[in-house]
Amino acid sequence: MPSLKERLNLDQMKRSVLDSQVWRSMFRHGYEDTPRNRVLMVVDNLWLHLHPTKIRRHAIRIRFTWCMGGVTFLLFLYLVVTGVVLMFYYRPVGEYAYADIKYLEFDAPFGMFMRNMHRWAAHAMVIAVWLHMLRVFMTGSYKPPREFNWVIGVLLLTLTLLLSFTGYLLPWDQLAIWAVTVGTNMARATPLLGSEGPFAEMVGVTPRFDARSALLGGTIVGPPTLLRFYVLHCIVVPLIAAILMMVHFWRIRKDGGISGPL
Amino acid sequence: MAKEDKVVGSADEMAKTSWERVNDKVHVWPYLTRLEFMCAIIITILLVVWSIVIDAPLEEPANPSVTPNPSKAPWYFLGLQELLVYFDPWMAGVVLPTLIIVGLMAIPFIDVNPKGNGYYTFHERRFAIFTFLFGFLVLWVWMVVQGTFLRGPGWNFFMPWEYWDPHKVVALTNVDLPYMLGFRSYWGQAACGAVLILLWYATIPAYYIWRRERMKNVGLVRYLIKASLNMTMMGIVAKMVLRIGLNVKYVLVTPWFNI
Repeated sequence: MPSLKERLNLDQMKRSVLDSQVWRSMFRHGYEDTPRNRVLMVVDNLWLHLHPTKIRRHAIRIRFTWCMGGVTFLLFLYLVVTGVVLMFYYRPVGEYAYADIKYLEFDAPFGMFMRNMHRWAAHAMVIAVWLHMLRVFMTGSYKPPREFNWVIGVLLLTLTLLLSFTGYLLPWDQLAIWAVTVGTNMARATPLLGSEGPFAEMVGVTPRFDARSALLGGTIVGPPTLLRFYVLHCIVVPLIAAILMMVHFWRIRKDGGISGPL
Repeated sequence: MAKEDKVVGSADEMAKTSWERVNDKVHVWPYLTRLEFMCAIIITILLVVWSIVIDAPLEEPANPSVTPNPSKAPWYFLGLQELLVYFDPWMAGVVLPTLIIVGLMAIPFIDVNPKGNGYYTFHERRFAIFTFLFGFLVLWVWMVVQGTFLRGPGWNFFMPWEYWDPHKVVALTNVDLPYMLGFRSYWGQAACGAVLILLWYATIPAYYIWRRERMKNVGLVRYLIKASLNMTMMGIVAKMVLRIGLNVKYVLVTPWFNI
């Protein structure tokens, strides 16, 4: 009769798990520190294979990259996760929206925490994107052959601001509607397309049918605006941003990896 | 290369041949992945602590009949809201933001300087860095800070120690620049404004002709785009100086739009 200690041989248990057909079907190799394994760790992993297997020595220095592109992407992922949780509780309807936020804050488990995470991560993402752009400019990384990826980056910066702006309305409080009112009032001054813009009378746009009302779904920031901004915030803009992010990351590799002195 | 330049890596690294530099590589696993992991952990801890300690703001329910004073756009747009002091909404809210986005996207195509690609240097690209930092730090970041902390009720300017008095009286003594210069008739003022604006942008071809030798590797089209964007950005500064220093309302007044 083997002792309890012998029967609970952890090393043997670990080995039987790691050698099992199920485990080996998921994970092709272990963590041995061999050059071959270091390469496999990257290329055999869907999430890591965006990276090259080897990278120029200067490119992993924090003071070169500031890690701001990665931080921006990490914050985006946090925003997706917390945003989906918020969507479970939130209805983009004039009568419900504010009450749902109150419910989130006081009754939903971790509701306040999720809302706080979403809000602060959004602000942090705006700052991280700016710093990323600053770093890329200061290292001249937009220069050939990376011109087009800079263009994609500017579009992503704009989309980040739009994401933050459309989300700003959703709490449906005074802060939200008046900030969005101030922001969207600009649209009615659009030349030709805004009712108060230059040459509006030549085109014949009216306050009810111009660039601003197309954005708001009416002449004021009202319930139709809330629904529109919700759809833009949760579906349209994140989808476009995600597609452009794929292009952005892919182009880094295709344009010769991270920039560096040649 | 000047010795004050901050180039990534040591002087030894820059002394290497191009082949040596490009091929001096390390494995991504673990040297990069561990850094990314550390970065992710630090950001996560900061975000979680911040979210536990500070609650997101929530004011009274939306009420279209009660306008708060001041009404401010989200903080990252306050630089644009600040422009409303100096320009009409079609400029401040539509044309200039569009030019900012287009101008940023144009940067790689109008900056033909091959130096400074992939390392930090100020010395080798002074003009590009000065222009970008001026636009980013002064015209964008500073305007956001000012709009957030120094603009109070009525979008009036308040020092940090001043009370945000909603009844602060500010004399509106702004007049149009052509009027100040003595033009009294309507079309005389419009013509004067148009000439002033044309003179501002006439510096572009003038500079091209003056420096045509140097412009050969830039090209005419590229130069025109680059110089127009630059003069427009500096035009914002000029208008701000005129507005704050001389109480100028508009430079150009027409029946259709004012600048």
